[in-house]
Amino acid sequence: MNKPINYIAGAANPRQKQRERADTRFRLYGMTALALAMMFLVFFFIDIIGKAIPAFYQTEVHVTINYVEAAKTNYNKAIDHKLSHIVSRGWLRGLPQYLQAHPEMIGSSSEEWVAADSRVDQYIKQHDGHGLKSRYQKIVDEMSADGRVRQVFNSGFFTTGDSKLPEQAGIMAAAVGSVFTLLLTMLVAVPIGVMTAIYLEEFADDNTVTRAIEVNINNLAAIPSILYGLLGLAIFINFMGVPRSSALAGGLTLALMTLPIIIIATRASLRAVPETIREAAYGLGASSLQTVWHHVLPLAMPGILTGSIIGLAQAMGETAPLIIVGMMAYIPEPSSSILDATTVLPAQVYTWSTESMGGYAERTSAGILVLLTVLLSLNAVAVKLRNRSQQTW
Amino acid sequence: MSTELTNKITVRDLKLWYGDFQAINGIDLDIYSGKVTAFIGPSGCGKSTFLRTMNRMNDRIASCRVEGQILLEGQDIYAPEVDVVQLRTHVGMVFQKPNPFPKSIYENIAYAPRIHGIVHDGPEMDELVEKSLRKASIWEEVKDKLQQPGTALSGGQQQRLCIARTIAVEPDVILMDEPCSALDPIATAKIEELMDELKQEYTIVIVTHNMQQAARVSDYTAYFYLGDLVEFGETTQIFTAPRHQKTEDYITGRFG
Repeated sequence: MNKPINYIAGAANPRQKQRERADTRFRLYGMTALALAMMFLVFFFIDIIGKAIPAFYQTEVHVTINYVEAAKTNYNKAIDHKLSHIVSRGWLRGLPQYLQAHPEMIGSSSEEWVAADSRVDQYIKQHDGHGLKSRYQKIVDEMSADGRVRQVFNSGFFTTGDSKLPEQAGIMAAAVGSVFTLLLTMLVAVPIGVMTAIYLEEFADDNTVTRAIEVNINNLAAIPSILYGLLGLAIFINFMGVPRSSALAGGLTLALMTLPIIIIATRASLRAVPETIREAAYGLGASSLQTVWHHVLPLAMPGILTGSIIGLAQAMGETAPLIIVGMMAYIPEPSSSILDATTVLPAQVYTWSTESMGGYAERTSAGILVLLTVLLSLNAVAVKLRNRSQQTW
Repeated sequence: MSTELTNKITVRDLKLWYGDFQAINGIDLDIYSGKVTAFIGPSGCGKSTFLRTMNRMNDRIASCRVEGQILLEGQDIYAPEVDVVQLRTHVGMVFQKPNPFPKSIYENIAYAPRIHGIVHDGPEMDELVEKSLRKASIWEEVKDKLQQPGTALSGGQQQRLCIARTIAVEPDVILMDEPCSALDPIATAKIEELMDELKQEYTIVIVTHNMQQAARVSDYTAYFYLGDLVEFGETTQIFTAPRHQKTEDYITGRFG
């Protein structure tokens, strides 16, 4: 009753070919899916970076400024009439104030590099839809030929807030708002979330109530984030009277949203600490608190930090709940307190994306780039912590 | 030698339930002072569960309910006024899988004396750490690397470290739950040797699946079967002339 030897490849083993073919096919499907995903990612990055880079450059024009008395009231008098649409209106608007402060300048004139109007900027960057009229195009072309047009690094993008003039719009106010909001989220959500998880995992009895709480926490992590906005509006703004649009309102709302994520991550990392460690501590007569505090928590800490960072990163990129608490706002000045009206990076990106002028389009991409850089850095920290936690017990 | 036996632990009519399931059906047993008592029996017979009732490690299982008495030197350890933390400094435990804390060797030993306020950090602690490691016959192997993690040691060394950690709080009784089941024969031999020395000072209770080990290290043996204590007696008697058929079947390897 011996079976014939059939582990040699070849005719004796027809099923081998079939098996190998299925194997190859499956590998191909996987590789195709991966390639597709990579393609989208690469396309996304090339697109965003390509669109964002121009935002980091600002066109300047070399013009003669006449510091005449009349410019104190009508800034257009300070400049050759035909250049008034070439130079940034925002820059011109600053002139009267400057002259008030420096009356000794009156009567003089000078050649200066000043920021160009957004339409000129877009025209120089050769973007379609720059909106520069053809007679101004001619002037700009002439100036360009004379070497009176240049592009410089747009430091204003990082130092100013939003503006109705695209050449003056910057990310600073939103960045400050994001920092305030995220700090508040962290201060509220991390301690409460970690404590809740420790209590549920290490101290609470396993009964109907705790199981119901557990199910609800898992559900809360999955509900649409805009509902947290409604909750935040109802509790913090309408009931508690927190100022609308403030970092406090946004931070607390995001904390609500982040709590379940932190609780779930913390519980998972507590559960990953081997039971033998707890037994060892209890066996030596350590109390529950000592066991958790001295042994379980230090081992779970990297996991807790990773989960918290990922939760906070998610909060940082969140827009929907913040619309409801009024953070989709026009904020030209960085806020100085958590009660001031403010906006956040993703909200700023959204606001710019709805504007029609080209200068806002490139700032939208630049804003996304800044946001992505921050988020990727946060995630890199999380990954590093996770790698450090991979120790053996 | 049976003339001067004193009871370290006296168990009277001990019953234990996990929820509705009764795991131990009324056990009476005496654990003699300064002796090694081995618990043997097939898997699921309740011997490990029973061992854990003696320092109330089973308290951690919510569904677990205990009736009856366990007297440690005459004091019922299940009495309401008993402080479990204090009890466990009197009845230490060594587990199946070596479970040193992922901290330094020194910290592993110093932890329990510190939290119980037995000794404060400093030269006194250094002395206690050395003494405990010596008693567990591991001092020579680790004296130059006390600051290295305990988890970096070999399995056998880890288990001796765990024994050293247990004796650092000077318990009266050491419970060992299959302490050698995760170890190779050479490491096992070292632990068995160690138990022989330790019984001069401590009362030892060991659960083992290894019949030869029970015969080698213990003075008394208890045979458990399905939550009942079938037979208890001197180890030589249990292994040479068991009174019960079930015991004989088990030790001769007919089942288990």
